[in-house]
Amino acid sequence: MSNDANALKISDLRTSFFVEGNEIKAVDGVSLTIPKGKTVGIVGESGSGKSITSLSIMRLIKSPGQIKHGSIAMNGEDLLQKSEREMRKIRGNQISMIFQEPMTSLNPVYTIGEQISEVFQVHQGLSKKEGRAKAVEMLELVGIPSPKERVKQYPHELSGGMRQRVMIAIALACSPELLIADEPTTALDVTIQAQILELMKNLQQELGMSVVLITHDLGVVAETCDYVAVMYAGKIVEYADVYTLFNAPKHPYTVGLMQSLPRHDKDQEELNVIKGNVPKPDEMPAGCRFAPRCPFASEICINELPDLIETEDNNKVRCWIYSDKWDGNPEVNVADDYKTARSK
Amino acid sequence: MFVFTVRRILQTIPVLIGVTILVFLMMHLVPGDPAQVIAGEAASEQTIQQIRERLGLNDPLPMQYFNFIINALQGDLGTSIRSGQEVTSEVASRFWVTLELSFYSMILSVFIGLIAGIISAVRHYTWVDAVMMIIALFGLSMPNFWLGLMLMQYFAIDLEIFPVSGWGSPEQLVLPVIALGTAGAAIIARMTRSSMLEVIGQDYIRTARAKGVKERIVIYKHALKNAMIPVVTVIGLEFGTLLTGAVLTETVFSINGLGRFIVESIQARDFPAVQGSVLVVAVVFILVNLLVDISYRFLNKRIDLN
Amino acid sequence: MTTKLLEVNNLKQYFPIKGGVFGRTVNQVKAVDDITFHVNEGETLSIVGESGCGKSTTGRAVLRLDDPTSGEINFDGENLLQLNKRQMREKRKDLQIIFQDPYASINPRQTVRQVLEEAMAIQHVLPKSERLDKILELLDIVGLGPHQLDRFPHEFSGGQRQRVGIARALAVDPKFIICDESVSALDVSIQAQILNLLKQLQREYHLTYLFIAHDLGVVRHISDRVAVMYLGNIVEIGEKQEIFDNPKHPYTKSLLSAIPVPDPDRKQERIVLKGDVPSPIDPPSGCRFHTRCPFATEKCKNEVPKLRKTETMTGTHQAACHYIEDIESGRKQPNY
Repeated sequence: MSNDANALKISDLRTSFFVEGNEIKAVDGVSLTIPKGKTVGIVGESGSGKSITSLSIMRLIKSPGQIKHGSIAMNGEDLLQKSEREMRKIRGNQISMIFQEPMTSLNPVYTIGEQISEVFQVHQGLSKKEGRAKAVEMLELVGIPSPKERVKQYPHELSGGMRQRVMIAIALACSPELLIADEPTTALDVTIQAQILELMKNLQQELGMSVVLITHDLGVVAETCDYVAVMYAGKIVEYADVYTLFNAPKHPYTVGLMQSLPRHDKDQEELNVIKGNVPKPDEMPAGCRFAPRCPFASEICINELPDLIETEDNNKVRCWIYSDKWDGNPEVNVADDYKTARSK
Repeated sequence: MFVFTVRRILQTIPVLIGVTILVFLMMHLVPGDPAQVIAGEAASEQTIQQIRERLGLNDPLPMQYFNFIINALQGDLGTSIRSGQEVTSEVASRFWVTLELSFYSMILSVFIGLIAGIISAVRHYTWVDAVMMIIALFGLSMPNFWLGLMLMQYFAIDLEIFPVSGWGSPEQLVLPVIALGTAGAAIIARMTRSSMLEVIGQDYIRTARAKGVKERIVIYKHALKNAMIPVVTVIGLEFGTLLTGAVLTETVFSINGLGRFIVESIQARDFPAVQGSVLVVAVVFILVNLLVDISYRFLNKRIDLN
Repeated sequence: MTTKLLEVNNLKQYFPIKGGVFGRTVNQVKAVDDITFHVNEGETLSIVGESGCGKSTTGRAVLRLDDPTSGEINFDGENLLQLNKRQMREKRKDLQIIFQDPYASINPRQTVRQVLEEAMAIQHVLPKSERLDKILELLDIVGLGPHQLDRFPHEFSGGQRQRVGIARALAVDPKFIICDESVSALDVSIQAQILNLLKQLQREYHLTYLFIAHDLGVVRHISDRVAVMYLGNIVEIGEKQEIFDNPKHPYTKSLLSAIPVPDPDRKQERIVLKGDVPSPIDPPSGCRFHTRCPFATEKCKNEVPKLRKTETMTGTHQAACHYIEDIESGRKQPNY
């Protein structure tokens, strides 16, 4: 239908929660494009707004939450302008989602066969029986042994890894153009995580879909993503291809995150921690949201919120250091100087 | 499932034994000599002796209990002092009336309760929810005999839409069933609401929505079946409350049921009749709970044996 | 120089499964099945493994939060399993535990001051008059301010709550602290703060840690020695450097290779294990890993491998595999 190179284009998305008369800006002006067939990671710590971004794409924000502003373009149409009815046809069909908790994401009182079959019934008008046959195929696709027996089982009879495979089967049933995976392996053991990541990678190649991977695990990002957006306090602070992000991170937050990560593959004397805590939603700093924790913060950082600046290598960073208005040390190199700066 | 059912049935045996002992001791726990109580203050020693002999009160206590059980198992609950009839047949004729009253009340409670609870949960935080829950609170706090009297006054005496009392015709059903079923409806509505609200917040409801399932189906298919699990327990307990509630409702509406029979028997100090009818009520209550437990497990496939 | 503060010998922890019509014990979960290890004074021994391997059960058994089925737990020269309830309570002064979510183990209606005060009162640490000074000192040690003294747990963030949990453990001047997934629930930046704090406290107060975790990055950072558990058994144990850089057991190797490395240039060779961890109710015979091991043979099915050391292992490094040498020399090839 469209020759767009992007599967999805989010522009200036703002999603807020209204609690006791206060507006909490969970997602505050996020713009992000998902290129066709690629995997884009959204990384951030709890409260960064990464999960709310993904639920906003699906239009699954429930009261007291509300999408206030922005557009989400898919195939030339704005998802935020669609009626609830039109959205239902997209969910589970063109855009699917898998969640963090495989243990609780499946309905305990229906068999997994019924739960997979439902997608076919809803979107392709298949009968229960036809749906069931398709469910067996899906279970086979996601690598569940003896699928004919498994379709009759209830979720509690399956291990966590198996349940996540079922969730993937549900998500991929209608061969979606876009898969949103919200921390899909966080609740799983590493050896099972490896299985699931491998499965997702293979299926992505097979089906040619685009993936948004939401995670806090930088290892998972490095391994699976083509592009990465780092989120902090409701905003994207850095956007880059995965190689640039890991080899030459620009934002002090990204650098801090990487240097505070204990590695299993090398020894570190001490972790270069980021001081302090994530700001509470009602105590958002006026300037750069990371300024109170940033070892490089100068005058301008505290007073003015920086824009997302395009860098020479076509990546983006929201930091005054890379702008003409930078009033701190002009020679500063964030990655190299982080350790000395933070120990001051 | 089979093992569970068998085990659950076996577990009711000690409960049944306990109940029969309590019911049996009832007669002996009343201060004074039961025979004396039955015969009245002015009775002669000979009359009392006769009563004692007739009721087997001269046997040792365990022997009496044993006889009571053996007779009860054979369907013999003794003879009513008041009417001279067999307690079994007296109870049987009235039992169906009470069961009918309770059954219709139950249906009313479940029907109204579920619908109100679901609507309240789906319209959470709206005026609909608020109004429903206020009505439910009223329903809960009104004693059924008072509600019965009010209904009778308004609909039977003032408006003359329904008959004042009696049992049998469909019109006679309406007021007692409403009087008895209202409290249950309120309890079930509140339970359904809170249970639905909890379930709607679960991850698998989000999954269903993410699949593109219609909201109506999300509620009635995905949420309701899970939300019913605790509600079923409440419904089971409600049945017990209904049986006891029937005592007052039957008295108010002059319905010749088991409840009224018990009240009258107590007033007449008709011990065999009281003993027999209480036993029947207790056994029915235990059986209903057994059914609830089994259906609960059928609904909730996750409960493990341990 | 190195004295063994904790010695665990042949520890078994079985949990009965009741079932059938009469609720008899029909089976047992062999959560921990005959493990032996020790922790030297002043060091950190980590126990790692996936869910259900028995690592947390081991920690609970050492503290006698569950009473072990059999075995010996010698702490400071005394067998904890022979102490009565009262003696054990007194002993808990020396052995403390920090849980994954301190919120779950702290009374939500108590302020930080009350939590710490109570911990000291139970173990009769210091006379009452001197406790406040000690509490303020503790807060300072764990990086909280005196203004937070009278706050309730819910007023703290996850990282700060964990600091309260650490302060409570330190309140009774313990020798030994069990950290049961103590940093697992925290965000990376906060996790790093707590890890640094734990390390610093160990240096300053000569603490000994038994660190239970599933994150191998965290384990490498904090440990001196590491024990790898699988289905209730220790499959490999030794100095951190040995376990991470010279792993011998096929399970340890696959575990290490399964962790995604935060470096997109390093696409590593990965050993993806097939299937799930079997149930600890009827664990596989012989080597418990044989059902998922790419090197498994008939011998692995029948014979339980013992922990042993080969020529290519140094220090206290031991692994429980029949084929360490053969895999190393390439004589045995994996069949995937």
